[in-house]
Amino acid sequence: MALLSINDIHVYYGVIEAIKGISFEVNQGEIVTLIGANGAGKTTILHTITGLIPPKSGLIELEGVDLTKTPAHKIVSMGIAHVPEGRRVFQQLSVYDNLLLGAYTRRDKAGINNTLSKVYESFPRLKERRNQVAGTLSGGEQQMLAMGRALMSAPKIMLLDEPSMGLSPLLVAEIFDIIKKVNESGVTVLLVEQNAKMALEIASRAYVLETGRIVMSGDAKELSTNDQVKKAYLGG
Amino acid sequence: MSFLNYLISGLSLGSIYALIALGYTMVYGIAKMLNFAHGDIIMVGGFTVFTAISSFQFSPAISIITGIIVCTVLGVVIEKVAYKPLRNASSLSVLITAIGVSYLLQNLALLIFGSSSQNFSSVVTMKPWQINKQLVISGETIVTIIVTTAIMIALTLFVNKSKPGKAMLAVSEDKGAAQLMGINVNKTISVTFAIGSALAAVAGILLCSLYPQINAYTGQMPGIKAFIAAVLGGIGSIPGAMIGGILLGIIENLSKAYISTQLADAISFAVLIIVLIIKPTGILGKKITEKV
Ligand SMILES: Nc1ncnc2c1ncn2[C@@H]1O[C@H](COP(=O)(O)OP(=O)(O)O)[C@@H](O)[C@H]1O
Ligand SMILES: [Mg+2]
Repeated sequence: MALLSINDIHVYYGVIEAIKGISFEVNQGEIVTLIGANGAGKTTILHTITGLIPPKSGLIELEGVDLTKTPAHKIVSMGIAHVPEGRRVFQQLSVYDNLLLGAYTRRDKAGINNTLSKVYESFPRLKERRNQVAGTLSGGEQQMLAMGRALMSAPKIMLLDEPSMGLSPLLVAEIFDIIKKVNESGVTVLLVEQNAKMALEIASRAYVLETGRIVMSGDAKELSTNDQVKKAYLGG
Repeated sequence: MSFLNYLISGLSLGSIYALIALGYTMVYGIAKMLNFAHGDIIMVGGFTVFTAISSFQFSPAISIITGIIVCTVLGVVIEKVAYKPLRNASSLSVLITAIGVSYLLQNLALLIFGSSSQNFSSVVTMKPWQINKQLVISGETIVTIIVTTAIMIALTLFVNKSKPGKAMLAVSEDKGAAQLMGINVNKTISVTFAIGSALAAVAGILLCSLYPQINAYTGQMPGIKAFIAAVLGGIGSIPGAMIGGILLGIIENLSKAYISTQLADAISFAVLIIVLIIKPTGILGKKITEKV
């Protein structure tokens, strides 16, 4: 059974259908990527999974449990952490407070401290800046904080929405390196990207999204050599 | 009376404005709405204590607790019944609803207590403090300053140090991201209304003890003043509401003493306008960042 399975979801903004019947799945331990141009519906799919937008119809299941009716604030404790587009760290709170909010639903103090030291290990810069107000961090550091904050919930699966957005190539490489390490530590990853080249490099499987529909899917390596994909998403 | 006298009574009036302004600013920060019925909670708090003492012969302590409980519950119920269904409505609809709730509370008070003012017997039993011939500080003033200072310290600690307090800050900044952390936004909004209304109850009781009269419109003017104070300090900012409230109380009292009683309110508004011209977001207000 898949860890996360999405079955024929339709999502509307008013009368406009943004997601027109999408199905896909993410298995335990995988990195799966959803690639597609701006406006294809990538963010909408992640928001639907975490309950920020209700789907009009369809089924979202985590380990066979239906999440479609679960309110957004109950999703994280079920094991899904969402690193939203644009980071959305709490600007006026310290790095440390942001990280602790990531563990908001957890009650085990020892476990939280354990996760915190692991997060600081993966992101030494966050440890250095733990008392700094998040709004004063650079874009790359805010991305790290958003990821660290998500990891604080000790998730089964992490949803990442365009982690490379607005970052220098060097930083993008660093962030993708961390994503790989996070995955190796046992967290399943669903990665949404416009940067298809990088995403296809680290993912095992990929889905290609076009205006609310999946138009192609398969092994990430194979897709990266596919002519159509090359032309549309890899710049030739 | 001496300057010091006016200053101290201004400080006590201002700290009451600050308590009320805290409710405005916290609700604005969390629910992004101006709760114009907030001032009338003051009046409900006053009348509850008035009734508890005069009709039920409750002790002042029990009456105060009753007043705080009634207002807290009322604030939460108003939010659930009147504002929650409008969570996604335009801010104009919400504003009109809030004004409607305000009239409803005032008219209910008119219906129950009539239109003439009632004498409110102060809940403060402390004796005045005679410092010298000119300077006498009433027990009400002393209690007001002590109580409001304690509340403001406790509230600041709660918001900045406790887990539910940090959750409130998170919700006020980004509701969606807060939900992704597992924070229940509806619950946080309820807690905010509860705290704001409890503070308004305390403010109402202190106000009626300082100026021992009460009628259906008792909350109106202090409500408006506190709203000015919240905007003056920077709407959404907790320390801003405290500073704005205290400043406004002092300015009002000194204007009454040295310039003109009639012009005092106009001067308060003028100060607000001048501050907003110099700093449109208020004294401690942050840049308004609209999120998409
Ligand atoms: N809040 C919204 N209201 C109305 N339409 C929206 C909203 N958010 C996104 N859309 C529309 O839905 C479609 C998918 O958007 P989105 O999921 O953000 O795409 P992506 O993340 O792939 O860039 C786009 O056509 C976009 O204009
Ligand atoms: Mg997007």
